[in-house]
Amino acid sequence: MQTTFIVHVEDQPGVLTRVTSLIRRRGFNIESLTVGHTERAGVSRMTIVMDSDERAVPRIEANLYKLVNVISVENITPKSVVFRDLAMIKVAATEATRGPIVQLVGVFRARVVDVAPESLIIEITGSEDKIDGLVEMLRPYGVLEMARTGRVAMARGSNLPTLASAEAEDAAAVEIDSGVSFSV
Amino acid sequence: MKKTGAQILWECLVKEGVTDIFGYPGGAILPAYDAMLAYPIKHILTRHEQGATHMADGYARATGKVGVAIATSGPGATNMVTGLATAMMDSSPIVCITGQVGSRLIGSDAFQETDITGVTLPVTKHNYLVTKASDVAPAVREAFYLAKNGRPGPVLIDITKDAQQSQAEFDYDAAAPRPHGRPGPPPQEKNFREALALIHAAERPVILAGHGILLGNAMAEFKAFAERTQIPVAMTLLGIGGFPASHTLNLGMMGMHGEAWVNTAIQEADLLIALGMRFDDRVTGTIASYAPNAKKIHVDIDPAEINKNVAVDVGIIGDVRDVLARLLPAIAPGDRGPWLRKIDELKGSTAVRDIKNLDDDGHLYAAHVINDLWRATNGKALVVTDVGQHQMWEAQYYHHDVPRSLITSGGLGTMGFALPAAIGAKIARPNAEVWVVVGDGGFQMTMPELATIVQEGVDINIAIINNGYLGMVRQWQEFFYERRYAATPLLSPDFVKIAEAYGIRGISVRKRDEVVPAVQAARAARETVLIDFAVEQEDTVYPMVPAGAALHQMIRRPSPIAETGADV
Repeated sequence: MQTTFIVHVEDQPGVLTRVTSLIRRRGFNIESLTVGHTERAGVSRMTIVMDSDERAVPRIEANLYKLVNVISVENITPKSVVFRDLAMIKVAATEATRGPIVQLVGVFRARVVDVAPESLIIEITGSEDKIDGLVEMLRPYGVLEMARTGRVAMARGSNLPTLASAEAEDAAAVEIDSGVSFSV
Repeated sequence: MKKTGAQILWECLVKEGVTDIFGYPGGAILPAYDAMLAYPIKHILTRHEQGATHMADGYARATGKVGVAIATSGPGATNMVTGLATAMMDSSPIVCITGQVGSRLIGSDAFQETDITGVTLPVTKHNYLVTKASDVAPAVREAFYLAKNGRPGPVLIDITKDAQQSQAEFDYDAAAPRPHGRPGPPPQEKNFREALALIHAAERPVILAGHGILLGNAMAEFKAFAERTQIPVAMTLLGIGGFPASHTLNLGMMGMHGEAWVNTAIQEADLLIALGMRFDDRVTGTIASYAPNAKKIHVDIDPAEINKNVAVDVGIIGDVRDVLARLLPAIAPGDRGPWLRKIDELKGSTAVRDIKNLDDDGHLYAAHVINDLWRATNGKALVVTDVGQHQMWEAQYYHHDVPRSLITSGGLGTMGFALPAAIGAKIARPNAEVWVVVGDGGFQMTMPELATIVQEGVDINIAIINNGYLGMVRQWQEFFYERRYAATPLLSPDFVKIAEAYGIRGISVRKRDEVVPAVQAARAARETVLIDFAVEQEDTVYPMVPAGAALHQMIRRPSPIAETGADV
């Protein structure tokens, strides 16, 4: 089972080592881990996705809390969550293939951020599935290089009264998100 | 007022109530040592930094106070790793201070540089690399807070040489530990209700009493709880002393070398109440068949322990004393007569081991030595054991009625622990009668601390259970490796002569009737005496749960009375 934790930690040297060392020595598996600054100075936010059985989840949380530099641990798996991954994909492109590739980019609501005579760099944000889908479609053209950030996650606002509206929200979120991209 | 980092270190230690510190000087910690002379703290010079950590550990376990050790960078610091790991596994509150090369040299592979905060990450509760004098006070204050609060454990503070030498404003109050981490345990009302219902409904309950009772000073509440519920008590190795061995409800030690009736009772129980213990593999046997019909309540201060090894029905997070104090008023007095009688039947003749009146067959058995030691010291000694067969015999044949009267390395099983830990315990409790019970193997691991005993004028007594083997390993080879004794026969020096070379009186004991006179001679002496007990070489600790077996599938004693391993 995939479990996603949002962990706020003190922004100090060695904290990432403490977190990963703890997870390693307790025998848990990290699927993905991202770290970045937050809205608060001196506080970093980690999104940790782990593959664990249900019984282990409270223990992972309790173990993380034992680290002095950990401020808060939240298991957001059961919540309604927006997940995003960002990828940059360098794909081989000749004059003949550039057109079809750019078409694919349009379908996936990705964007081209670099054009060279023999390659393109494509930037895409979205769920991991969506990015995997694009990569599959690009593979026949020759994926030369790829960089992915790993998953970041955020719980949705809590004012979602019904499932139906949540679904609508979900659809809207995809729509809105696909139009918004990080800076080139 | 401005002070050097080294002065700030000692100011803080004095304010934390530290009166004794165990250590070994060296280049990177020299500024701290130089500043130490101006402060009212007694320094005990050890012969190895590992010894310093075990002494701090013994000091902590004997009193509940934080033990402190100090060493230099590089090899001084790495020599502390075993002591830190030992304290970590047994939740012992110690603070280790190490010197570090100058902050500008860090990362340059400077002389005696080791990344000790990196090395000790998995074996400390927390650690600090302090590179500025102004960071010394906050680190020390937080280290002491962390070492003794919550689940206790070891903390390491690595201080660079320049941080010791340079000056900073010293403000003790401003350096108070910051709040951090998970807020205190939730009210858990549902868990308490469920626990009470299980306790009241149980017909065959057993309490599993662990180290947490001693660490939380919950002895009085625990006794009241056991007596009101009339639930029999099984002890973990580290729990021994938390509940009097002579109490009628005390069944004795559980686990791999626990008594058969204790393990059988656990396996047949309909409720286990685990208090301040962690279901270590040495007490459960194979998990798949552990107490199959029992509901399980687990009380521990560390939330990460709940459901770690054994899935439980009710987990309660909290200090054992607080939890018991909250449970007690709601507990109706219980009557477990039939269950207690059933356990008495289980004991049968196996509990009758009248060692005192056993015929002297010319052999000297370790069990006899321990039993005689128990009688001769009226069960009042503070015994510090090493690791192996003698450790199990001590737990079986020395009956501890008093808290903090057995100090032993349980979780890590650190050979070489006993001698230095006993020195630390004696310095913490100068009026206690301290006995080291140690094997010939473990004794040789930290034997140089005999010099520390002499230099510091420490008065303890040392009983070497000398069987010429690494006995517990030999026992496993006997049972599970068809008696192929790979590397377990052990040559030792003449320990009496060794003692004499250090200026310590040594006594050699080879016969049963020499045991008590030797023990009494050691007790009468106002100085350390070492007794070398040459015991039966291929004796075996019974009963034993083989690795991978269910808890009740024990290798039993060959005879209910004789404590021999001869010709099994």
